[in-house]
Amino acid sequence: MIKLQSWGRLGHEEHLVQEFTDRHQFKNTFRTDKIGLAHGMGRSYGDVCLNPQGLLWKTTGLDRFIHFDAVTGLLSCEAGILLSEINNHMVPQGWMLPVTPGTQLITVGGAIANDVHGKNHHNWGSFGDHVKKLTLARTDGSLIECGPMEKRDWFIATVGGLGLTGVILTVELQLRPVAGPWLETEVISYENLNEFFTLADHSESSWEHTVSWVDCLSSGRGIFMRANPSILTLKERPVSAFSGKKQGLNLSFTPPISLINSFTVSAFNKLYFNIKKRSTLKQTVHYEPFLYPLDKILQWNRMYGPKGFFQYQCLIPRENGAENIQEMLGEILKAGEGSFLTVLKTFSERESLGMLSFPKPGVTLAIDFVNKSEKTLLLFKRLDAIVRAVGGRIYLAKDARMSRELFEIGYPKVAEFLSYRDPGISSALSRRLMGY
Amino acid sequence: MVNPKKRIVIIGATSLIAEHCARLWVNEAPVDLILVGRNKAKMEVVAADLQVRSSTSSIKCYQIDFTAPEKIDELGNELVKEGSFDLVLIAHGALLEQALCQKNLELCQQSLLVNGISPVLFAEMFVKHMEKANKGTLALISSVAGDRGRKSNYVYGASKSLVSQYTQGLQHRLAHTNLHVILIKPGPTDTPMTASLKQQGVRMAKVEQVAKQIVNGINAKKKIIYAPAKWRLIMLIIRHLPSSIFNKMDI
Repeated sequence: MIKLQSWGRLGHEEHLVQEFTDRHQFKNTFRTDKIGLAHGMGRSYGDVCLNPQGLLWKTTGLDRFIHFDAVTGLLSCEAGILLSEINNHMVPQGWMLPVTPGTQLITVGGAIANDVHGKNHHNWGSFGDHVKKLTLARTDGSLIECGPMEKRDWFIATVGGLGLTGVILTVELQLRPVAGPWLETEVISYENLNEFFTLADHSESSWEHTVSWVDCLSSGRGIFMRANPSILTLKERPVSAFSGKKQGLNLSFTPPISLINSFTVSAFNKLYFNIKKRSTLKQTVHYEPFLYPLDKILQWNRMYGPKGFFQYQCLIPRENGAENIQEMLGEILKAGEGSFLTVLKTFSERESLGMLSFPKPGVTLAIDFVNKSEKTLLLFKRLDAIVRAVGGRIYLAKDARMSRELFEIGYPKVAEFLSYRDPGISSALSRRLMGY
Repeated sequence: MVNPKKRIVIIGATSLIAEHCARLWVNEAPVDLILVGRNKAKMEVVAADLQVRSSTSSIKCYQIDFTAPEKIDELGNELVKEGSFDLVLIAHGALLEQALCQKNLELCQQSLLVNGISPVLFAEMFVKHMEKANKGTLALISSVAGDRGRKSNYVYGASKSLVSQYTQGLQHRLAHTNLHVILIKPGPTDTPMTASLKQQGVRMAKVEQVAKQIVNGINAKKKIIYAPAKWRLIMLIIRHLPSSIFNKMDI
């Protein structure tokens, strides 16, 4: 038994870990006497990747490429390969993953199971939109091949399916062409949330990537960042660019208390806002620091101290978006909580294809909170009330504590989803939110 | 003028350590890679991955019986027809459980054959060809387990001891030639071979780290590579512990 944590480091529970290393031997990895769960890099924040006291199939050994068609950009690979590995090999050849979340250090299987989205959701959708086929191993020994045109019901159950429909063994992905690794970026500061929404709406048609950092201790000022792929090739390195290959840091110890407290957060937020406000408006940068700013600080989650942290990420409709986000920020201010990282992003009019996928038209707010136990959970209940009232939902890849009732309101297709679950698979999240 | 591709042979191509070394090599430059293993299907999975990483590398798979001298000779004669070898890595092995080897004499023999005798047969065969060409590097993967016999794995350890001594002899024989012979001793590494050790809580090095140290050591033409390097000091101490102390240890 090994003690494992997810990214939020809230618990530290024992798991029986088995490695998945040979996709042709998957039947031998499953056991009939124990219920298990696939686990990639464990970068989800809550309990979607955990099965305390149970069996965990570690998939990072299934990390091989299978085939790449350099003409069409169709890549087939094992599901345990990291997004970073794909981009590192493919970008120099003129291809890139169309959708990636805020970190590249996750497996393809994990990206599909959470149907992750990125800063370019409004024109590129979510990860599952670019999966052409996947093979799903069921614990009864059967193998299901599915895709958007083939056994589509299995496909849309598995995309965003939290690993509960089976273990994804191999995937076929459609990459998108890129000239090089550079992005033309722009940074604009805004004073209130109405300005944010105006910026977001205006940026949609001509900018591929958009995201905003909000000063959660203010009444809604923030920094809006947007970017487009540059036409410059790798060799044509722009003068102003800094390479993404700088040495990273590693927080290899856990500070005894959280480094995130009201003093540091307030000081940081003021500083960040003022720096960004004055910073260069336009810059050409390597995609890594823009898309994955925290990947260079390994184990940054330890900054939150030994009790770990929560991330609250919700999605609410655009209607009265500014007022509702304002209300949420107000609750956070009242509670005296807050974090460095408060992200705001609009999603466009695109429905996600997975039954339990998170993105849909609206606006998403993501905030990290130091785990202060009761205090934090109480604040979340107040935030939940706002989300519930407007028919919003919470992102399962980040969630560690929402109620079953809120889950069912936010994900109306769960009843349909349940008929695709694999009875040999269960997670702490499925026990909490789906009753098994 | 385009540099000719390096010709690299890996014996035991489904070893995870070998596979990660191959990843590093194909990443450096396109190569002429020959994979030799006991399981064709598994090798082809490895070959397909390497081919995606390096589309202009040429990758071929050969499946043979690893303990049959005549088959090993045949393989060498076949391979040398297409040119000399720049680098040969002998990497195969199987960690058969010590307790089972003690109970079952056939398993015991199997462990000694696969881990000790087979690598030597391959090395002797390749040296014949490489000596004629008077160039190339031959690297054998042994193990820290071969540095001192210990109760938890001395059958495996003994076979690796055989490989280590053999390699030293080869280094002596070829000291005044253009050939380089390298002995590689990994510590416990996180691979499918050591899965049962991992379950028992033995701390393992990451295979990427071990492969990097091996590739760097080969480039630097070292004689003995401990990977990770700390094992050089650890085994030095372990080798010199008097039996009065060693016998009290549960390792």
